[in-house]
Amino acid sequence: MTRFVLHRIGFYVLIAVLLAFFTVPLLWLASAPFTSDPTYKVRLPDFTSENFRAILDNPYALGSLWNSVLLAAGTAVLVVVFAALAAYALSRVHLPGRDALLYTLLLLSSIITGTAAMVPLFQLAVELHLIDSQLGLILIMTGGLLPAAIFMMKDFMDSTPKSYEESARVFGASPLQIVRHVVVPLVRPGLATIAVWAVANVWGNFLMPYLLLSDVDKQPAAVIMYTLYTEGGQANIKLLATFGLLYSVPVVLMYLFVSKKYGFRFHGGIKR
Amino acid sequence: MRLRNRLMGAAVVVVASGLGLTGCGQSSDGGSGDTIELTIAQNSISGGKNAAAADYITNWVIPKFEAAEKAKGKNVTVKFVPSGVDDEQYKTKLSLDLKSGKGADVFDLDGIWAGEFAEAGYLKPLSDVVGADADNWDGWAQIPQSVQGLATYNGKKYALPVGTDGRVLYFNKTLFQKAGLPADWQPKSWQEILDAGNKLKAAGVPVPIQINAGTAMGEATTMQGVLPLLAGAGGQLQQDGKWTGASQPLKDALGFYQKIYGGSGLGDPKLQQEAKGRDKSFQQFAGNEIGILLESDYLWRGVLNPETGVAKMADRDQSVGYALIPAEEPGKGINGQDFVSMSGGALRAVNPNSAHPKEAFELAAFTLSPDGLKEETKNGNVRITPRTDVNKEILSSEPLLTYISDKVVPLTAFRPPVAAYTQVSVALQEATAEVVSGKTPDQAAADYQAKLEGIVGGAGNVAS
Amino acid sequence: MAQATLPPEVLDDAKARRYSADAAGLGRLRAGAFVAPALALISLFLVFPALWVLYLGLSNYRLTGAAAAAPQLVGFDNFVKALTDPEFWNSTWLTFEFVLGSAVIGQVVLGFLLAWIMRDRTGPLKRIVEGLVILAWILPSAVVSFLWVALLDRDDGTLNTLLHSQDFAPLLDHPMLSIIIFNIWRGAAFSMMLYGAALGNVPPSHLESARLAGASGWQQLRDVVFPHIRGHVLTNLLLISLWTFNDFTPFLLTAGGPDGKTEVLAVHVYQVALQGGELGYGAAVSTVILLINLVVAVFYLRLLRSKK
Repeated sequence: MTRFVLHRIGFYVLIAVLLAFFTVPLLWLASAPFTSDPTYKVRLPDFTSENFRAILDNPYALGSLWNSVLLAAGTAVLVVVFAALAAYALSRVHLPGRDALLYTLLLLSSIITGTAAMVPLFQLAVELHLIDSQLGLILIMTGGLLPAAIFMMKDFMDSTPKSYEESARVFGASPLQIVRHVVVPLVRPGLATIAVWAVANVWGNFLMPYLLLSDVDKQPAAVIMYTLYTEGGQANIKLLATFGLLYSVPVVLMYLFVSKKYGFRFHGGIKR
Repeated sequence: MRLRNRLMGAAVVVVASGLGLTGCGQSSDGGSGDTIELTIAQNSISGGKNAAAADYITNWVIPKFEAAEKAKGKNVTVKFVPSGVDDEQYKTKLSLDLKSGKGADVFDLDGIWAGEFAEAGYLKPLSDVVGADADNWDGWAQIPQSVQGLATYNGKKYALPVGTDGRVLYFNKTLFQKAGLPADWQPKSWQEILDAGNKLKAAGVPVPIQINAGTAMGEATTMQGVLPLLAGAGGQLQQDGKWTGASQPLKDALGFYQKIYGGSGLGDPKLQQEAKGRDKSFQQFAGNEIGILLESDYLWRGVLNPETGVAKMADRDQSVGYALIPAEEPGKGINGQDFVSMSGGALRAVNPNSAHPKEAFELAAFTLSPDGLKEETKNGNVRITPRTDVNKEILSSEPLLTYISDKVVPLTAFRPPVAAYTQVSVALQEATAEVVSGKTPDQAAADYQAKLEGIVGGAGNVAS
Repeated sequence: MAQATLPPEVLDDAKARRYSADAAGLGRLRAGAFVAPALALISLFLVFPALWVLYLGLSNYRLTGAAAAAPQLVGFDNFVKALTDPEFWNSTWLTFEFVLGSAVIGQVVLGFLLAWIMRDRTGPLKRIVEGLVILAWILPSAVVSFLWVALLDRDDGTLNTLLHSQDFAPLLDHPMLSIIIFNIWRGAAFSMMLYGAALGNVPPSHLESARLAGASGWQQLRDVVFPHIRGHVLTNLLLISLWTFNDFTPFLLTAGGPDGKTEVLAVHVYQVALQGGELGYGAAVSTVILLINLVVAVFYLRLLRSKK
């Protein structure tokens, strides 16, 4: 019994430490937007709504959040669908050179996210007339995220039981139907993980949207965030903190939605 | 499969045309019928960075210009392309656009980029792009030679200057009074700055002197630190085509850093290493913690501004004093000057790829007309414009800007507008960082020379 | 794992398994069609520009100036310059510290710990813990950098307030440790999610029987859980190492300083390519990073390749 109690106490101490580690840095974001003339110091807010009024006066703030949603959703859908199809095929059929190809693509994907790739990507977009096109940006970002997504997805595909597919096949289902109705439900936690990962990647991406979209009405919040500085590069902390909070809300909502609907808690619901 | 084929086809096209790295074609705005469509781009955006400049273009320039062209029988529509990013990122985007034959018809750039843009073919001399109209612009007569020099490269004008700035020593009069220093303080040598610093220190001022140093402050270290000091010791970054290496003036400038940050307690060495160090130096100055600060007029206009600043100082006009930056000793500055400063400024250029260069130039010139500049600088947005006629009118209500325009601009110096400058600037910042973290000025200067030789292509281009 | 490396007798075995594994009767042709859309996008928007970067690494290309108008091939000059530059080696060493400390040790351990202690919980506590961890991960870097400056600031930082200390400046006195802890905070969520989903695939019946057989928590982990998630551990290590190698976020906290003490390779490339405009040299350093990543990946594969 004492062992059980000690165990419990240890568990809650651990939880408390972890919670503190993840919460303390966030305090600033919780206080600064509600404080008049905020600085880097975390203070008890005086609950002013003035900062929010100021950011809503910004002509691009809300539109840019919507653009972020479009870009993130578009990219996430393409990444999840294409990665699921490709990973399933690669998992079930041994195409020649499969693993070597995957590792190569994965390594190359790291170079694309770096600063050095901006010139090739820009010129490619120019040649393909994808400059100033949100669809073009979605395709480019999808291309960069796909290798890692396929890589993760394949693990999940590899570890699902094959017997259901066999029975579905006996009943005359086509491969696409099998993927949709049999495989996807089995790997749902994996799909949700990859969708959230893709959204987070797109949500914070500044350089590519800035370079590829010149029309400010198409630019996402990551770009607009950078406009809240002065000519000398000083942060307008009042606007930045407030916009930072607004900027965070959609991704948090998305996570809550995905986790409720598709569940990262899909723990072995189907037993082997 | 169809999608795949199309994309593959496109890939072949790209492979065929891509690696040549050269841009061809026209800017995106072809213009249909007899309507001329122009675009104008700046690193300014409504509600954000440089908002006043953006609002000026959208609310005043565009409707007025379109109406003026209409009166001349031309159908012109203008679109503003805002940005609000770091200068480096804006420069990257401009370069990529111009390289691909795109970009706005009229765009702003930092004067320091003129040379590298010209060498890359991103900018062409105005007389080539626009023709005689450019040389005959009536505004040139109002722009001082030194400011025209900002837009000049190898003897040719590449753009219109948008304005200029200047650097001075700001000091906190409240703290000065506490230390028994005069409210009309004007040091005549570096030693007098140090003497004032020691008195401030004795009076308990936390940070007596702040001269930007280190790499974290970036260009602010070069422009508000090394270069004014170098000029004060009689040195120039580049002279007669050769870069200055570990020369005596550079060692003197670094020696001054050592006197402030090398254990004397006159400056705060840690602040120079912080990523947000410059932001904090502003907050500290506004909070009466810094005695003397070398900064540009931006500090006054954009930072301490009681209404719109990022570190507001309600009593700015009463408690902030300013003085010229003295040479190391009287007469020891560049050109034998007693006082020195450094200046920069933006340019407004016409895109060589523009389909309508004449109208584009008219638009650029329109933004710099006397009426336009007066409109732009009203309501507390005063800055030093390129035109002396306008400056006389608008600066009268602004004591600091009048001071800079009258006293600083005549004796100021500019950076060499060449491509290698950005890297040289970083090497200078690193030299100051070395001194702040304890190396001797001689050693830091020698390290700088070694880096410099690597940057500018060998010892043959460096004089010590 | 790669087919090419397998001895012939194993190949026959693999062939036999292939047909039984293809449970949905996909066949090579349809499998190709499934892979095609992804491969098309990857070829066009990833392979092609990546090869272009490798090519740029052999040139003296710059963003502006004369070298932008007429770039020239300079062979391996950029690589020689990098490999003889002490700053490059400094950056490489810092990157190893950063990847090892923050990703391989920090994120993997913390991520697994979080996934493990939350594995069969439901309700608000799990939601709150997971939500906060994921918040740290999905918040955009621009916002996060402000959060950590506010936390670690030497004057008004929250840490100084909590510790009642004066002038404790972690970002200046312990810069590498600061960005390592920062990156653990930032990236633990990914490992947590991946392990969380992977633990979901461990059949509860196996754990149950192990528990009934009297296995301790550690034994359950080692003998039941690890074999099931071995592939996920490999994937996780590969991915987060790769990402951490290329992570540029520390720049927002320390600007590479003080005195280059946190100038990891990704920051080095940013400073060289974007701030200095030396795209050719930047591309060459990127290529070197790629090669280092290749070595790291091969190392992981050898270490964790499942024995079939």
